[in-house]
Amino acid sequence: MEKRVTFKGWLLPMLLLAPQLIVSGVFFFYPAGEAVWQSLFIPDPFGLSMQYVGLGNFEYLFNDPYYRASFVTTAVFSTLVTLVSMIPALFLAVLADRLVKGAGTYRTLLIWPYAVAPAVAGVLWLFMFNTRIGVVAFYLNQMGYDWNHVLNEHEAMGLVVVASAWGRISYNFLFYFAALQAVPKSVIEAAAIDGARFWRRFFTIVLPLLSPTTFFLLVVNIVYAFFETFGVIHTITSGGPQQATTILVYKVYADGFVGQDLGSSAAQSVVLLVVVGFLTVLQFKFVEKRVHY
Amino acid sequence: MADMHNEPPPGMVEKRGSGLWLTHVLMIVGVLVIFFPIWLAFVASTHTQQEIAQAPMPVMPGSHLIENYSDALFSGVNVPVATMLVNSLVMALGIALGKIAISLLSAFAIVYFRFPGRRFFFWMIFITLMLPVEVRIVPTYEVVAGFGMLNSYSGLILPLIASATATFLFRQFFLTVPDELAEAARVDGARPMRFFFDILLPMSRTNIAALFVILFIYGWNQYLWPLLITTNPEMNTIVMGLKQMFPSGDDIADWPVIMATSILAMIPPVIVVISMQKLFIRGLVDSEK
Repeated sequence: MEKRVTFKGWLLPMLLLAPQLIVSGVFFFYPAGEAVWQSLFIPDPFGLSMQYVGLGNFEYLFNDPYYRASFVTTAVFSTLVTLVSMIPALFLAVLADRLVKGAGTYRTLLIWPYAVAPAVAGVLWLFMFNTRIGVVAFYLNQMGYDWNHVLNEHEAMGLVVVASAWGRISYNFLFYFAALQAVPKSVIEAAAIDGARFWRRFFTIVLPLLSPTTFFLLVVNIVYAFFETFGVIHTITSGGPQQATTILVYKVYADGFVGQDLGSSAAQSVVLLVVVGFLTVLQFKFVEKRVHY
Repeated sequence: MADMHNEPPPGMVEKRGSGLWLTHVLMIVGVLVIFFPIWLAFVASTHTQQEIAQAPMPVMPGSHLIENYSDALFSGVNVPVATMLVNSLVMALGIALGKIAISLLSAFAIVYFRFPGRRFFFWMIFITLMLPVEVRIVPTYEVVAGFGMLNSYSGLILPLIASATATFLFRQFFLTVPDELAEAARVDGARPMRFFFDILLPMSRTNIAALFVILFIYGWNQYLWPLLITTNPEMNTIVMGLKQMFPSGDDIADWPVIMATSILAMIPPVIVVISMQKLFIRGLVDSEK
């Protein structure tokens, strides 16, 4: 779509674009180019010179069992976060949709966690499951379950998944609720007249009608789990125990800033760029179909 | 859409009686479970360290609310929380307003002008969608350090300010503005910037407000970037400073103060979201399109 009526001149539009282009150039394109460039070199230990190694950093990276493990960790983590945040959200949205009165109040209450930063959410959940004073950890102990996410890899993973998914439930709820309200009442009533009970109507009519929202949320939640959960992991586990919760973004940080291994960190950035590119294309392909302007 | 539901329902598929109560009960249980972590944080922020350390901790608020919050706000652990709140506020406002300003201008240029390289610049902005700061942290850090912007507001704000999302949102909106308005402005001899300020900007008010909510929360909740570039506690934001309040090693964390800080860290974004709920939902749904 294009405007038929436009203004003349090229200097003014260039001036208007300048702020965005300068910021993007300095803080986006230059650093991204730098990442690609650095990924081809290994700096000497004193940072005085760089040695060209071609794809050596990548070769090294993919032979590194810790890096490959991090891929698996990221896959497990993002799958779980997506499921744990979407299923309860759908359930709550279905409930809220059945209510004529009060749905608005519940919605207001459910929006809260969305505004809570992932890092703050991490601290809240850490507090509940703290091995020394956590309430939930205490009652788990009372029931004979010895909770210790500091040592147990599965418990650590479970905790960062729940803490990451928690705020997303709000987000997914809002989208599902809006989508459910848009399902035509006549379709539901027709099915009801045919004698279909609630759950049957839900699985045969409502759920398929929700599939565009579901696909959209799948992609968005995976992107979230990949890139925006750093705060949760850093506050709760710092990637441990034994790197059991080190997702890719956490590893870029740990290798680049804590380990000071710049070549490897840059190579990891490049790998992530490819991943983001893929996810963005996926998102847009899908979004193009969904939105009707 | 929600308004449709306020009319009396046809009744055929609406639940009545016990089914309705069950729905309410399930809904309340859901809300309670989701709210529990926040409630517990609030409770912890009203007790003393001893009361919390004695497992299991109480689940009802205690009497030390004022003490803990003034402790947090005015002395904190590394730096008074009040300082961190100011830093967060500057950062969130800077990011939200900065993004809105540069996006409005560039969307105006792309939609209302024909000039060489328009397409190229459009795609250049588009591509920045694919580069979240998390992916390019080391080189971006080096750029910011090179400019001497570590531990400064400009270092906190500028690298996060370029946003393709906001530009696209405004572009979409400008495309729906009737051509007649620009035509009339041109006939009247109005200069482009006059048209922009007198007509386009006032028309964009709702979109700007909706975007502001989303961007404010985005800026407020940043964690990784402030963590990297603010080594001076005086410049910490509250969301990243929270983790810095935990002692290293085996010392026991000052839970009441930390939990008071958690509550303080979530109050501003929660107020923004709740008070601008309608705009927020609209902005959310629009910006994700």
